[in-house]
Amino acid sequence: METVVELSGVVAVLSNFPALAGIDLVVHRGEIVLLHGPNGAGKTSVLRVCAGLLPIERGEGSVMGVNLRTHRESVREQVGLLGHSNGLYLELTVTQNVSFWASTVGATAQEVALAMQRMKIDGRLAHVKASQLSAGQRRRCALASLIVRRASLWLLDEPHAGLDTAGQDELDAILQSAVSSGATVVLASHETQRSRLLATRVVKVDGGLISGSES
Amino acid sequence: MTSRMQTVRRVSLAVVRKDLRIEWSSKVLLNQVAPFSLVIMIMFAFALDNEGILQRVAPGLVWLATLFSMLVIVQRSFAVETADGALDALRVAGTEPLGIFIGKSLALMVQLLALELMLLAIALVLYAVEPTAMGYAETFATMLIATIGLGFVGTLYGGLGAGARGRETLLPLLLLPAVAPVLIGATRATEAAFGSGGAQSSEGWPWIGLLAVFAGVFGAVGALAFGPMIEE
Repeated sequence: METVVELSGVVAVLSNFPALAGIDLVVHRGEIVLLHGPNGAGKTSVLRVCAGLLPIERGEGSVMGVNLRTHRESVREQVGLLGHSNGLYLELTVTQNVSFWASTVGATAQEVALAMQRMKIDGRLAHVKASQLSAGQRRRCALASLIVRRASLWLLDEPHAGLDTAGQDELDAILQSAVSSGATVVLASHETQRSRLLATRVVKVDGGLISGSES
Repeated sequence: MTSRMQTVRRVSLAVVRKDLRIEWSSKVLLNQVAPFSLVIMIMFAFALDNEGILQRVAPGLVWLATLFSMLVIVQRSFAVETADGALDALRVAGTEPLGIFIGKSLALMVQLLALELMLLAIALVLYAVEPTAMGYAETFATMLIATIGLGFVGTLYGGLGAGARGRETLLPLLLLPAVAPVLIGATRATEAAFGSGGAQSSEGWPWIGLLAVFAGVFGAVGALAFGPMIEE
Protein backbone atom coordinates (compact mmCIF):
# COMPACT_ATOMS: atom_id res chain seq x y z
CA MET A 1 0.00 0.00 0.00
CA GLU A 2 1.35 3.44 -0.94
CA THR A 3 2.63 5.47 2.00
CA VAL A 4 1.37 9.05 2.01
CA VAL A 5 2.65 10.29 5.38
CA GLU A 6 5.71 8.99 7.21
CA LEU A 7 6.85 10.68 10.40
CA SER A 8 9.65 9.16 12.43
CA GLY A 9 10.70 10.57 15.80
CA VAL A 10 9.49 14.02 14.73
CA VAL A 11 10.12 16.86 17.16
CA ALA A 12 8.56 20.25 16.37
CA VAL A 13 8.81 23.42 18.45
CA LEU A 14 6.22 26.20 18.77
CA SER A 15 7.38 29.39 20.56
CA ASN A 16 10.16 27.49 22.39
CA PHE A 17 7.65 24.85 23.50
CA PRO A 18 7.99 21.30 22.13
CA ALA A 19 4.61 20.82 20.44
CA LEU A 20 5.65 17.39 19.16
CA ALA A 21 8.10 15.35 21.24
CA GLY A 22 9.01 12.48 18.89
CA ILE A 23 5.96 11.48 16.87
CA ASP A 24 5.93 8.28 14.80
CA LEU A 25 3.08 8.05 12.30
CA VAL A 26 2.51 6.27 9.01
CA VAL A 27 -0.58 6.91 6.89
CA HIS A 28 -1.38 4.94 3.72
CA ARG A 29 -3.34 6.09 0.66
CA GLY A 30 -7.10 5.80 1.09
CA GLU A 31 -7.07 5.85 4.88
CA ILE A 32 -9.16 8.13 7.09
CA VAL A 33 -7.05 8.61 10.22
CA LEU A 34 -8.56 10.26 13.26
CA LEU A 35 -6.20 12.03 15.65
CA HIS A 36 -7.77 12.41 19.03
CA GLY A 37 -6.56 13.61 22.38
CA PRO A 38 -6.98 16.42 24.91
CA ASN A 39 -6.48 20.11 24.10
CA GLY A 40 -2.81 20.94 23.59
CA ALA A 41 -1.93 17.29 22.91
CA GLY A 42 -0.33 18.15 19.55
CA LYS A 43 -3.09 17.14 17.08
CA THR A 44 -3.06 20.44 15.18
CA SER A 45 0.75 20.45 15.20
CA VAL A 46 0.78 17.04 13.50
CA LEU A 47 -1.50 18.46 10.78
CA ARG A 48 0.69 21.56 10.41
CA VAL A 49 3.86 19.48 10.12
CA CYS A 50 2.18 17.36 7.42
CA ALA A 51 1.14 20.56 5.60
CA GLY A 52 4.70 21.86 5.62
CA LEU A 53 3.82 24.80 7.86
CA LEU A 54 5.70 23.75 10.98
CA PRO A 55 9.39 22.89 10.57
CA ILE A 56 10.77 19.63 11.91
CA GLU A 57 13.51 20.21 14.48
CA ARG A 58 14.51 16.57 14.88
CA GLY A 59 13.52 13.26 13.33
CA GLU A 60 12.52 12.55 9.75
CA GLY A 61 9.30 13.21 7.89
CA SER A 62 7.94 12.89 4.38
CA VAL A 63 4.58 13.52 2.75
CA MET A 64 3.87 12.09 -0.72
CA GLY A 65 7.57 11.40 -1.02
CA VAL A 66 8.56 15.03 -0.28
CA ASN A 67 11.14 15.39 2.47
CA LEU A 68 9.67 17.73 5.08
CA ARG A 69 13.06 18.64 6.51
CA THR A 70 14.45 19.93 3.24
CA HIS A 71 11.50 20.83 1.00
CA ARG A 72 8.53 21.44 3.28
CA GLU A 73 7.21 24.33 1.15
CA SER A 74 6.86 22.12 -1.92
CA VAL A 75 4.45 19.74 -0.23
CA ARG A 76 1.82 22.47 0.20
CA GLU A 77 0.60 22.26 -3.37
CA GLN A 78 -0.41 18.64 -2.83
CA VAL A 79 -2.13 18.92 0.54
CA GLY A 80 -5.26 20.75 1.60
CA LEU A 81 -5.44 21.98 5.18
CA LEU A 82 -8.81 23.10 6.42
CA GLY A 83 -8.69 24.71 9.84
CA HIS A 84 -11.31 26.57 11.81
CA SER A 85 -11.82 29.18 9.10
CA ASN A 86 -12.83 28.28 5.57
CA GLY A 87 -10.59 30.58 3.52
CA LEU A 88 -13.50 31.98 1.52
CA TYR A 89 -14.08 35.46 0.13
CA LEU A 90 -17.36 36.38 1.76
CA GLU A 91 -18.40 38.87 -0.92
CA LEU A 92 -17.94 36.43 -3.77
CA THR A 93 -20.49 33.83 -4.75
CA VAL A 94 -19.92 30.11 -4.31
CA THR A 95 -19.00 29.71 -7.99
CA GLN A 96 -16.64 32.69 -7.90
CA ASN A 97 -14.89 31.32 -4.80
CA VAL A 98 -14.37 27.85 -6.22
CA SER A 99 -13.39 29.30 -9.62
CA PHE A 100 -10.80 31.52 -7.95
CA TRP A 101 -9.10 28.56 -6.28
CA ALA A 102 -9.33 26.65 -9.55
CA SER A 103 -7.67 29.48 -11.47
CA THR A 104 -4.71 29.58 -9.06
CA VAL A 105 -3.80 26.05 -10.14
CA GLY A 106 -5.07 26.17 -13.72
CA ALA A 107 -8.04 23.84 -13.16
CA THR A 108 -10.78 23.91 -15.80
CA ALA A 109 -14.38 25.15 -15.60
CA GLN A 110 -15.45 21.53 -15.92
CA GLU A 111 -13.45 20.61 -12.81
CA VAL A 112 -15.15 23.49 -10.98
CA ALA A 113 -18.59 22.27 -12.01
CA LEU A 114 -17.78 18.69 -10.96
CA ALA A 115 -16.42 19.76 -7.57
CA MET A 116 -19.49 21.88 -6.91
CA GLN A 117 -21.75 19.05 -7.94
CA ARG A 118 -19.94 16.66 -5.61
CA MET A 119 -20.28 19.06 -2.72
CA LYS A 120 -23.92 19.75 -3.60
CA ILE A 121 -23.36 23.47 -3.92
CA ASP A 122 -24.37 23.73 -7.57
CA GLY A 123 -27.83 24.88 -8.66
CA ARG A 124 -29.45 27.54 -6.52
CA LEU A 125 -26.51 27.88 -4.11
CA ALA A 126 -23.99 28.48 -6.90
CA HIS A 127 -24.88 32.16 -7.15
CA VAL A 128 -25.28 32.89 -3.45
CA LYS A 129 -22.60 35.00 -1.75
CA ALA A 130 -20.45 33.12 0.77
CA SER A 131 -21.51 35.60 3.48
CA GLN A 132 -25.11 34.41 3.08
CA LEU A 133 -24.34 30.69 3.42
CA SER A 134 -24.90 28.59 6.52
CA ALA A 135 -21.86 27.18 8.37
CA GLY A 136 -22.34 23.80 6.68
CA GLN A 137 -22.67 25.31 3.21
CA ARG A 138 -19.48 27.33 3.75
CA ARG A 139 -17.68 24.16 4.79
CA ARG A 140 -18.86 22.45 1.60
CA CYS A 141 -17.68 25.40 -0.46
CA ALA A 142 -14.25 25.20 1.22
CA LEU A 143 -14.10 21.46 0.53
CA ALA A 144 -15.00 22.06 -3.13
CA SER A 145 -12.04 24.45 -3.24
CA LEU A 146 -9.81 21.66 -1.89
CA ILE A 147 -11.07 19.35 -4.64
CA VAL A 148 -10.37 21.80 -7.48
CA ARG A 149 -6.93 22.41 -6.03
CA ARG A 150 -6.42 18.67 -6.63
CA ALA A 151 -5.30 18.09 -3.04
CA SER A 152 -4.50 14.42 -2.52
CA LEU A 153 -4.03 14.64 1.24
CA TRP A 154 -6.80 16.33 3.21
CA LEU A 155 -5.81 17.61 6.63
CA LEU A 156 -8.87 18.67 8.56
CA ASP A 157 -8.85 20.34 11.96
CA GLU A 158 -12.14 19.93 13.80
CA PRO A 159 -14.11 19.62 10.55
CA HIS A 160 -17.40 18.94 12.36
CA ALA A 161 -17.22 22.09 14.49
CA GLY A 162 -20.14 24.45 13.91
CA LEU A 163 -22.15 21.98 11.85
CA ASP A 164 -25.57 20.67 12.78
CA THR A 165 -26.28 16.93 12.65
CA ALA A 166 -27.36 17.02 9.01
CA GLY A 167 -24.24 19.03 8.11
CA GLN A 168 -22.03 16.55 9.96
CA ASP A 169 -23.67 13.65 8.10
CA GLU A 170 -23.03 15.43 4.82
CA LEU A 171 -19.41 16.09 5.71
CA ASP A 172 -18.86 12.41 6.55
CA ALA A 173 -20.34 11.40 3.21
CA ILE A 174 -18.10 13.91 1.44
CA LEU A 175 -14.96 12.57 3.14
CA GLN A 176 -15.88 8.99 2.28
CA SER A 177 -16.51 10.04 -1.31
CA ALA A 178 -13.14 11.85 -1.43
CA VAL A 179 -11.35 8.76 -0.15
CA SER A 180 -13.08 6.56 -2.71
CA SER A 181 -11.78 8.99 -5.37
CA GLY A 182 -8.18 8.42 -4.23
CA ALA A 183 -7.68 11.04 -1.52
CA THR A 184 -6.32 10.37 1.97
CA VAL A 185 -7.74 12.09 5.05
CA VAL A 186 -6.17 12.90 8.40
CA LEU A 187 -8.51 14.68 10.78
CA ALA A 188 -8.25 16.02 14.30
CA SER A 189 -11.58 16.06 16.06
CA HIS A 190 -13.20 16.30 19.45
CA GLU A 191 -16.35 14.72 18.03
CA THR A 192 -14.76 11.33 18.68
CA GLN A 193 -17.96 9.29 18.74
CA ARG A 194 -18.93 10.47 15.27
CA SER A 195 -15.40 10.49 13.87
CA ARG A 196 -14.64 6.97 15.12
CA LEU A 197 -17.43 5.63 12.90
CA LEU A 198 -15.92 7.44 9.94
CA ALA A 199 -12.24 6.69 10.56
CA THR A 200 -10.42 3.60 9.35
CA ARG A 201 -7.91 4.13 12.15
CA VAL A 202 -7.85 6.08 15.40
CA VAL A 203 -4.56 7.48 16.69
CA LYS A 204 -4.34 8.83 20.23
CA VAL A 205 -2.08 11.86 20.68
CA ASP A 206 -1.02 12.98 24.14
CA GLY A 207 1.80 15.26 25.32
CA GLY A 208 3.20 15.55 21.79
CA LEU A 209 3.51 11.79 21.43
CA ILE A 210 1.45 8.99 19.89
CA SER A 211 0.12 7.06 22.86
CA GLY A 212 -1.99 4.48 21.08
CA SER A 213 -3.54 3.38 17.81
CA GLU A 214 -6.55 1.23 16.98
CA SER A 215 -8.19 0.18 13.70
CA MET B 1 8.48 31.15 -20.21
CA THR B 2 9.66 29.11 -17.22
CA SER B 3 7.22 27.07 -15.18
CA ARG B 4 7.57 29.46 -12.21
CA MET B 5 6.85 32.51 -14.34
CA GLN B 6 3.77 30.79 -15.78
CA THR B 7 2.56 30.10 -12.23
CA VAL B 8 3.23 33.73 -11.20
CA ARG B 9 1.30 34.96 -14.24
CA ARG B 10 -1.62 32.62 -13.57
CA VAL B 11 -1.84 33.52 -9.87
CA SER B 12 -1.48 37.27 -10.59
CA LEU B 13 -4.36 37.17 -13.06
CA ALA B 14 -6.52 35.14 -10.68
CA VAL B 15 -5.86 37.55 -7.79
CA VAL B 16 -6.37 40.78 -9.77
CA ARG B 17 -9.60 39.42 -11.26
CA LYS B 18 -10.82 38.32 -7.84
CA ASP B 19 -10.00 41.67 -6.16
CA LEU B 20 -11.68 43.70 -8.90
CA ARG B 21 -14.67 41.37 -8.83
CA ILE B 22 -15.00 41.94 -5.08
CA GLU B 23 -14.84 45.70 -5.66
CA TRP B 24 -17.41 45.47 -8.47
CA SER B 25 -19.70 43.49 -6.21
CA SER B 26 -19.29 45.62 -3.06
CA LYS B 27 -18.86 49.06 -4.74
CA VAL B 28 -16.82 50.28 -1.75
CA LEU B 29 -14.67 52.50 -4.00
CA LEU B 30 -17.72 54.09 -5.57
CA ASN B 31 -19.96 54.37 -2.51
CA GLN B 32 -17.45 55.06 0.27
CA VAL B 33 -13.94 55.95 -0.89
CA ALA B 34 -14.93 58.33 -3.71
CA PRO B 35 -17.37 60.33 -1.52
CA PHE B 36 -14.71 60.39 1.23
CA SER B 37 -12.11 61.90 -1.12
CA LEU B 38 -14.70 64.33 -2.51
CA VAL B 39 -15.43 65.52 1.04
CA ILE B 40 -11.67 65.97 1.67
CA MET B 41 -11.35 68.13 -1.45
CA ILE B 42 -14.40 70.23 -0.52
CA MET B 43 -13.13 70.68 3.06
CA PHE B 44 -9.79 71.90 1.71
CA ALA B 45 -11.67 74.38 -0.48
CA PHE B 46 -13.65 75.64 2.54
CA ALA B 47 -10.54 75.83 4.72
CA LEU B 48 -8.39 77.78 2.23
CA ASP B 49 -11.28 79.75 0.66
CA ASN B 50 -9.14 81.70 -1.81
CA GLU B 51 -8.95 80.88 -5.51
CA GLY B 52 -5.33 81.99 -5.86
CA ILE B 53 -4.15 79.89 -2.94
CA LEU B 54 -6.26 76.94 -4.06
CA GLN B 55 -4.75 77.03 -7.56
CA ARG B 56 -1.27 77.21 -6.03
CA VAL B 57 -1.75 74.27 -3.65
CA ALA B 58 -4.15 72.17 -5.78
CA PRO B 59 -1.48 69.56 -6.73
CA GLY B 60 -0.62 68.89 -3.09
CA LEU B 61 -4.28 68.65 -2.13
CA VAL B 62 -4.99 66.14 -4.94
CA TRP B 63 -2.13 63.89 -3.78
CA LEU B 64 -2.97 64.24 -0.08
CA ALA B 65 -6.56 63.23 -0.83
CA THR B 66 -5.20 60.30 -2.88
CA LEU B 67 -2.99 59.09 -0.02
CA PHE B 68 -5.74 59.35 2.60
CA SER B 69 -8.15 57.48 0.33
CA MET B 70 -5.48 54.91 -0.44
CA LEU B 71 -5.33 54.00 3.25
CA VAL B 72 -9.00 53.03 3.09
CA ILE B 73 -8.52 51.00 -0.10
CA VAL B 74 -5.49 49.13 1.27
CA GLN B 75 -7.26 48.36 4.57
CA ARG B 76 -10.20 47.06 2.60
CA SER B 77 -8.01 45.05 0.22
CA PHE B 78 -6.53 43.06 3.11
CA ALA B 79 -9.69 42.96 5.24
CA VAL B 80 -11.30 40.73 2.59
CA GLU B 81 -8.26 38.47 2.77
CA THR B 82 -8.40 38.03 6.55
CA ALA B 83 -12.19 37.96 7.14
CA ASP B 84 -12.41 34.18 6.69
CA GLY B 85 -8.72 33.30 6.67
CA ALA B 86 -8.30 33.48 2.87
CA LEU B 87 -4.75 34.88 3.05
CA ASP B 88 -3.79 32.03 5.39
CA ALA B 89 -5.43 29.58 3.01
CA LEU B 90 -3.41 31.00 0.10
CA ARG B 91 -0.21 30.62 2.11
CA VAL B 92 -1.11 27.13 3.28
CA ALA B 93 -1.93 26.12 -0.30
CA GLY B 94 1.56 27.15 -1.37
CA THR B 95 0.16 29.75 -3.77
CA GLU B 96 3.05 31.65 -5.40
CA PRO B 97 3.54 34.75 -3.16
CA LEU B 98 5.01 36.80 -6.01
CA GLY B 99 1.79 36.18 -7.93
CA ILE B 100 -0.30 37.31 -4.94
CA PHE B 101 1.85 40.45 -4.58
CA ILE B 102 1.62 41.38 -8.26
CA GLY B 103 -2.10 40.60 -8.46
CA LYS B 104 -3.02 42.62 -5.40
CA SER B 105 -0.75 45.50 -6.50
CA LEU B 106 -2.37 45.62 -9.94
CA ALA B 107 -5.88 45.64 -8.46
CA LEU B 108 -4.86 48.46 -6.11
CA MET B 109 -3.33 50.41 -9.01
CA VAL B 110 -6.53 50.16 -11.07
CA GLN B 111 -8.63 51.45 -8.17
CA LEU B 112 -6.17 54.25 -7.36
CA LEU B 113 -6.00 55.38 -10.97
CA ALA B 114 -9.80 55.59 -11.17
CA LEU B 115 -9.81 57.61 -7.96
CA GLU B 116 -7.04 59.96 -9.15
CA LEU B 117 -8.90 60.70 -12.39
CA MET B 118 -11.92 61.64 -10.32
CA LEU B 119 -9.80 63.85 -8.04
CA LEU B 120 -8.25 65.55 -11.07
CA ALA B 121 -11.72 66.33 -12.41
CA ILE B 122 -12.73 67.73 -9.00
CA ALA B 123 -9.57 69.89 -8.89
CA LEU B 124 -10.34 71.28 -12.34
CA VAL B 125 -13.84 72.26 -11.23
CA LEU B 126 -13.36 73.24 -7.57
CA TYR B 127 -9.91 74.82 -7.72
CA ALA B 128 -10.24 76.32 -11.22
CA VAL B 129 -6.98 74.69 -12.42
CA GLU B 130 -6.34 75.03 -16.18
CA PRO B 131 -3.45 72.89 -17.44
CA THR B 132 -2.22 73.10 -21.04
CA ALA B 133 -2.28 70.11 -23.42
CA MET B 134 1.33 69.34 -22.43
CA GLY B 135 0.31 69.84 -18.80
CA TYR B 136 -2.40 67.17 -19.16
CA ALA B 137 0.13 64.74 -20.68
CA GLU B 138 2.51 65.40 -17.81
CA THR B 139 -0.29 64.99 -15.27
CA PHE B 140 -1.34 61.62 -16.72
CA ALA B 141 2.30 60.45 -16.80
CA THR B 142 2.69 61.50 -13.15
CA MET B 143 -0.49 59.68 -12.17
CA LEU B 144 0.53 56.50 -13.96
CA ILE B 145 4.05 56.30 -12.54
CA ALA B 146 3.06 57.44 -9.01
CA THR B 147 0.21 54.92 -8.99
CA ILE B 148 2.57 52.06 -9.81
CA GLY B 149 4.74 53.01 -6.83
CA LEU B 150 1.74 53.47 -4.53
CA GLY B 151 0.29 50.12 -5.64
CA PHE B 152 3.49 48.27 -4.73
CA VAL B 153 4.10 50.04 -1.44
CA GLY B 154 0.43 49.84 -0.43
CA THR B 155 0.35 46.09 -1.02
CA LEU B 156 3.64 45.55 0.78
CA TYR B 157 2.55 47.44 3.90
CA GLY B 158 -1.00 46.10 3.71
CA GLY B 159 0.42 42.56 3.80
CA LEU B 160 2.70 43.52 6.69
CA GLY B 161 -0.21 44.79 8.77
CA ALA B 162 -2.70 42.12 7.68
CA GLY B 163 -2.18 39.77 10.59
CA ALA B 164 -1.34 42.41 13.19
CA ARG B 165 -3.55 43.46 16.05
CA GLY B 166 -4.61 47.11 15.79
CA ARG B 167 -3.84 47.13 12.07
CA GLU B 168 -6.32 49.97 11.47
CA THR B 169 -4.03 52.38 13.31
CA LEU B 170 -0.78 50.62 12.45
CA LEU B 171 -1.18 50.91 8.69
CA PRO B 172 -1.30 54.75 8.50
CA LEU B 173 1.65 54.96 10.89
CA LEU B 174 3.76 52.67 8.71
CA LEU B 175 2.51 53.62 5.27
CA LEU B 176 2.34 57.42 5.33
CA PRO B 177 6.06 57.99 6.08
CA ALA B 178 6.97 55.40 3.41
CA VAL B 179 4.97 57.19 0.71
CA ALA B 180 6.37 60.65 1.57
CA PRO B 181 8.74 60.53 -1.45
CA VAL B 182 5.75 59.88 -3.72
CA LEU B 183 3.83 62.76 -2.17
CA ILE B 184 6.77 65.11 -2.75
CA GLY B 185 7.63 63.87 -6.26
CA ALA B 186 4.04 63.68 -7.49
CA THR B 187 3.17 67.08 -6.06
CA ARG B 188 6.18 68.77 -7.69
CA ALA B 189 5.51 67.08 -11.02
CA THR B 190 1.82 68.03 -10.89
CA GLU B 191 2.70 71.64 -9.94
CA ALA B 192 4.80 71.81 -13.10
CA ALA B 193 1.98 70.25 -15.12
CA PHE B 194 -0.60 72.68 -13.69
CA GLY B 195 1.80 75.63 -13.93
CA SER B 196 1.16 76.36 -10.23
CA GLY B 197 3.17 79.29 -8.87
CA GLY B 198 4.71 79.96 -12.30
CA ALA B 199 6.32 76.51 -12.55
CA GLN B 200 7.41 75.41 -16.05
CA SER B 201 6.18 72.17 -17.59
CA SER B 202 9.74 70.96 -18.20
CA GLU B 203 10.48 71.08 -14.46
CA GLY B 204 8.15 68.13 -13.86
CA TRP B 205 9.95 65.38 -15.79
CA PRO B 206 12.88 64.90 -13.37
CA TRP B 207 10.30 64.39 -10.60
CA ILE B 208 8.51 61.81 -12.75
CA GLY B 209 11.88 60.08 -13.12
CA LEU B 210 12.22 60.02 -9.33
CA LEU B 211 8.73 58.51 -9.07
CA ALA B 212 9.80 55.79 -11.51
CA VAL B 213 12.85 55.00 -9.37
CA PHE B 214 10.62 54.83 -6.29
CA ALA B 215 8.19 52.48 -8.10
CA GLY B 216 11.08 50.25 -9.18
CA VAL B 217 12.57 50.06 -5.70
CA PHE B 218 9.28 49.21 -3.99
CA GLY B 219 8.38 46.75 -6.73
CA ALA B 220 11.67 44.93 -6.22
CA VAL B 221 11.51 45.06 -2.40
CA GLY B 222 7.88 43.89 -2.44
CA ALA B 223 8.64 41.02 -4.81
CA LEU B 224 11.39 39.80 -2.49
CA ALA B 225 9.78 40.54 0.89
CA PHE B 226 6.08 39.79 0.42
CA GLY B 227 6.47 35.98 0.59
CA PRO B 228 8.55 35.82 3.79
CA MET B 229 6.34 38.55 5.28
CA ILE B 230 3.05 36.67 4.93
CA GLU B 231 4.83 33.47 5.96
CA GLU B 232 5.53 35.09 9.34
